Amino acid sequence: MKALCWYGKQDVRVVNVPDPKILNPRDAIIRVTSTAICGSDLHLYDGYIPTMQPGDVLGHEFMGEVVELGPGVNADGCPKLAVGDRVVVPFPIACGRCSFCKGDQFSLCDNSNPNASLTETAYGYTPAGIFGYSHLMGGYAGGQAEYVRVPYADTGAFKVPDALTDEQVLFLTDILPTGYQAAENAGINPGDTVAVWGCGPVGLFAIKSAYLLGAGRVIAIDHYESRLRMAREHCGADAINYQEVDVFWYLKDTTGGRGPDACIDAVGLEAHGHSVDALYDYAKAAMYLTTDRARVLRQAITSCRKGGTVSIPGVYGGLVDKFPIGAAFNKGLTLKMGQTHVHRYLRPLTDRIEKGEIDTTFLITHRLPLSSAAEGYSTFRHQPDECVKVVLSP
Amino acid sequence: MTSAESIRHGQQAGREVWQGRAHPRRVNVGETERLVSQVGGGALIVVGLARGGLKGLLAAGMGAALLARGTTGHCSLYEAIGMDTAEPEQGPYGAVPAQQGVRVEESIIIDRAPDDIYLFWRDHANLSKFMTDVVEVTSADGVHSHWVVGGPMGLTLEYDAEIHNDEPGRLISWRSLPGAQLATAGTVRFSPAAGGRGAEVRVNQKFDPPGGKLTVGLAKLLGHDPTSVTRENLRRLKQLMEAGEIATISGQPSGRA
Repeated sequence: MKALCWYGKQDVRVVNVPDPKILNPRDAIIRVTSTAICGSDLHLYDGYIPTMQPGDVLGHEFMGEVVELGPGVNADGCPKLAVGDRVVVPFPIACGRCSFCKGDQFSLCDNSNPNASLTETAYGYTPAGIFGYSHLMGGYAGGQAEYVRVPYADTGAFKVPDALTDEQVLFLTDILPTGYQAAENAGINPGDTVAVWGCGPVGLFAIKSAYLLGAGRVIAIDHYESRLRMAREHCGADAINYQEVDVFWYLKDTTGGRGPDACIDAVGLEAHGHSVDALYDYAKAAMYLTTDRARVLRQAITSCRKGGTVSIPGVYGGLVDKFPIGAAFNKGLTLKMGQTHVHRYLRPLTDRIEKGEIDTTFLITHRLPLSSAAEGYSTFRHQPDECVKVVLSP
Repeated sequence: MTSAESIRHGQQAGREVWQGRAHPRRVNVGETERLVSQVGGGALIVVGLARGGLKGLLAAGMGAALLARGTTGHCSLYEAIGMDTAEPEQGPYGAVPAQQGVRVEESIIIDRAPDDIYLFWRDHANLSKFMTDVVEVTSADGVHSHWVVGGPMGLTLEYDAEIHNDEPGRLISWRSLPGAQLATAGTVRFSPAAGGRGAEVRVNQKFDPPGGKLTVGLAKLLGHDPTSVTRENLRRLKQLMEAGEIATISGQPSGRA
C-alpha cells in the first residue's frame, strides 16, 4: 500500500510499504477514506519531537471503513463493530479497560504504549500511545496511508452516521475535541472574556467551543491575516495581530484593566515572535539548551486576570526556560493542559454536528490525493497564511 | 517429602526469611561492626558527658546514635546509600546464597481482584505469556516445574524449580533446585490496592546467574538487567489482565527497507 513516511527533518515521502496485519485480538484494519495533516505533525516534520525513526508512517487524524476485525473485538458478547462500518479513529490509543480509561482519561491509558519504559524515563509515567507520533508515544504506524491497523478497535473506532460526509466528521479524530476540551478546561462562566493564542484549527475550534460554553467575548491572537479573518468571520472572535498590537496592553485595556478570565494557548512549543524572550528561546533552542519555545505560554500567564485559568491544548514535549511561575502563583492561576481525551467527546460532538451546531468544513483550504501528501506538508509548513488545513484522500 | 509437606514446610521458611526482608528497619550492619559501634558509642557517651560543654554534649549524642546502631543493627545512613554489611541470611534451602547474585523488587497496580491475578500466575502455562525472558515453563504436578529462560546474546538457561510456599490469593514463593543453570528464588505477593484500585502485585526475586555479579553487570550493559526485565514483565501482566492483550507494534508496516 501507499503510505506517507518520515525520513528526517522536512523530508517526508509517499512510498510503498507492506499492508498492515491484525497483530492482536482486539485489532481492526481500516481502509482509510480521508486523513488530515495536523499542526502537530509539523512538529515532527520540523524534527522537534525526539525518537522518530526514518520510515515511520505518520498521521493521527484519519477515518475510513472497517475491512478486517480481530477475534477479540466483539468477544465480550456485545457486538461493537462489523466489517463495512464507517468509523472515525481518535488519535490517542486507549485500551478502554484500565483505571484511567474507565475514568474517561483516555489519553492517559496505562496499557497502550509498547515503549512505556522509554517514556517513563522522560516523563516519570507514560501517557497513552498515539498513532504516528514518535516511538516515545509507542511508535504506532499512522493513518496517512491506504490502510491502518487500529488497536483496541472496540474502544478506538467510533461509528459515524452515514448522513454525515467525511469532511463533516473527520475532525472528530483530534482537532475538534481538542479545541472543545481546551474551552472546557478554561472553566468558562457565562459572559466571560476568553483570549485564544493561535488561530490554527485547534484555536479556531476553541473559539467556537468557548462561545458554545457561554463565553461573552473571545479575543483571538495570531499574525496571519487569513487566519485572523477566519477567526473573525467564521467564529465571531475579535481578532488581533500581535505584530501590530501589544497583546498584553490590548487585553488589559479592552477588559477595563481586569484582564481576560481565561487564556488558551493553542500554539505550543513552536511559538513565533520577536519579543526579547522569544529571541532568547530561539537562541537557546539553537544551542540545544532548551527544547520548547514558550513565548505564548508566558504571555498567556502574564495576561490572565487574577484567579483566572490558563488552558493549554498546544503541544509541549520537553523543557521550558524562564517559566513565569511567580506570576502564575501570585495571581492564583489555574493551569490545565494535556492531550485530548478524544473518546469522551465523540458522542456529544457528533450530536452537535448532526444538529448543525458545529460546522468544521470551513477550515479545509487544501484537498489533495495521498500521493501528494509531501507537497501538502510543505505547503502547510511554508504558506500558513493560505493553508489552514490539508485533507488527503488515499 | 510429599509436595503438600514441602509446601507447608516452605510456608514457614517463607514467612521467616522472605517477609522479614521486606521490613524497612532491617539489620544492615555486620556483627563485628555492631560490636565496635556499641563499644565505641558507649565510650563516647562516657567521655562526652565527663567533658561537658557543647562539644562534650555533641560527642555524647554521637555516642548514643552509635550505640543505637550497634544495638539494633540498623543504620539509616547505610540504608540511604544502599549499603549493607550484615552477614548473609540463609535463603530457603540456600537456592541463592545471600550476598550473591542480585535482588530485584518491583511492584505494579492492576485493576483486577487479587484472586484473579493469583490464579493466573499460579498456572505455570501462563508464565511465558507475560515474562519476556521466559521461553517455556512446564509443570507436571503444578508444584515442580522446568524452566527455559533466555539470556543476553541468545543464550538459554534451563533449571528445575519448585513452589515452596503457596497461599491462595496472597502469595506464591518459588526457588530453583540444586543443579540449576540459573539459581533463583522469589516471591510474588498479591494484595488489595489502596482506594479500591484492584491489586498490588509485588515481586521479590533473587538471581544468581553463572558468573555471578559480573554476568549481571554485563547483562545490564546489553539492556537485559533483571530489574528492567521484572518491571517489563509486570507491565505485560497488567496489560494481559486489564486489556486482554499485550501492546505491540512488531509486525506493523514501515518505510524501512
